[in-house]
Amino acid sequence: MSSERYELNKQLAQMLKGGVIMDVTTPEQAKIAEEAGACAVMALERIPADIRAAGGVSRMSDPKMIKGIQEAVSIPVMAKCRIGHFVEAQILEAIEIDYIDESEVLSPADDVYHIDKRQFKVPFVCGARDLGEALRRIEEGASMIRTKGEPGTGDVVQAVRHMRRMNGEIAKAVSMREDELFEEAKNLRVPYELLEYVHKNGRLPVVNFAAGGVATPADAALMMQLGAEGVFVGSGIFKSGDPKKRAAAIVKAVTNYQDKKLLAELSEDLGEAMVGINEQEIELLMAERGK
Amino acid sequence: MKIGILAVQGAFIEHETKLARLGAECIELRQKSDLEIKFDGLVLPGGESTVQGKLLRELDMFETLKGEIEGGMPVLATCAGLILLAEKLSNDSHVYFGTLPVTVKRNAYGRQLGSFRTVQDMEGIGTVPMTFIRAPYIEDTENGVKVLSCVDGKAVAVKYGSQLGLSFHPELDEDDRIHKLFLEECSLYSA
Repeated sequence: MSSERYELNKQLAQMLKGGVIMDVTTPEQAKIAEEAGACAVMALERIPADIRAAGGVSRMSDPKMIKGIQEAVSIPVMAKCRIGHFVEAQILEAIEIDYIDESEVLSPADDVYHIDKRQFKVPFVCGARDLGEALRRIEEGASMIRTKGEPGTGDVVQAVRHMRRMNGEIAKAVSMREDELFEEAKNLRVPYELLEYVHKNGRLPVVNFAAGGVATPADAALMMQLGAEGVFVGSGIFKSGDPKKRAAAIVKAVTNYQDKKLLAELSEDLGEAMVGINEQEIELLMAERGK
Repeated sequence: MKIGILAVQGAFIEHETKLARLGAECIELRQKSDLEIKFDGLVLPGGESTVQGKLLRELDMFETLKGEIEGGMPVLATCAGLILLAEKLSNDSHVYFGTLPVTVKRNAYGRQLGSFRTVQDMEGIGTVPMTFIRAPYIEDTENGVKVLSCVDGKAVAVKYGSQLGLSFHPELDEDDRIHKLFLEECSLYSA
């Protein structure tokens, strides 16, 4: 990837800021998401809650299904490939996906190496639980970061934990003396230059969204107040009672995340939220995949 | 000088940073109550036009802003903003403000792989860097619309009255001249 292409890819993420990216499994759901105000959709065969329920190996979606979604909407379409599965990524690039999510929601294909994302022209978003993970993914060529959260649970606790940890580590890097950054870069197992960027700018060098377990307008606004620049909503919408209404409410909650009166209105009458499972009740922690 | 920046979704902070550096005071427009403060110019930033267009209406800002634009308030509209201003979209049935008599094609350069950067002359400014992200271009213009710049034969910058519509993102580049020009126009309007 040329540096100019990398800049363009980071800039597409900038255009998504303040928006909600929704998981969809069919062209019909993609249209509902677009009409509800999604700034992009994530095309996948099964949403995380169903992947979790079904168990077994979970892979990239059928390109035909992704193409159907690309035809159905005018907003950017993202799709997931397995961690380390660079051929799935090549296939997604061939169908001109707008963003690839190298995702822990799918079964990892490689337990050591992530994809060398610099070899691709299409942009990548990757999950991160802390600053070290985020900067390692960026070094590999990711042009957008999201918290890992715990997908498919409807439990926001992990997304909160990851966002707070990231913010805390960023604040620490900012407050450090410059001569301390060398050691901290070693501790975090990240390149010095990227840490130096964080030290000087007080933020990641790419856009940072929240993901994992967001199920209500309040969850989305919580993540925004904690410093997320936008929100991914996976199972939370199409696993709920009234997807259209809930999706639209989450979109508005992200735009006006600090207006508690409006958040109260948006939270009314949304029907049943996804049932959800607490993090203590689940056997498979997807966020532990790929560090 | 106060500039209102539509802040319902997209890359509005980039405009804000640039305008603040040039000495303007920026107001983020997120809902109707934000429109109670008077401002001298309006920025419609990049982002997703479908999202912005929907939220403009649902958050009850549409009519007021449309009135301001029709009343001659200077507007700087980039990418999605250009789509919001366009009177017609050639590949989409939506019309938003419809105050700029041009036909715009959405995602005219294709998906993200078609995004690009170039430099091109722009009338009244000179050579400027231009960043196109899943960008639209202007297919057709009606009388009174001045084309300021073309890339590969397609209009990418137009002026109509005090509305400046751009396919590209000057807020993503270091060059400040387009924003400076916009602020000059705003100061004339407020005087």
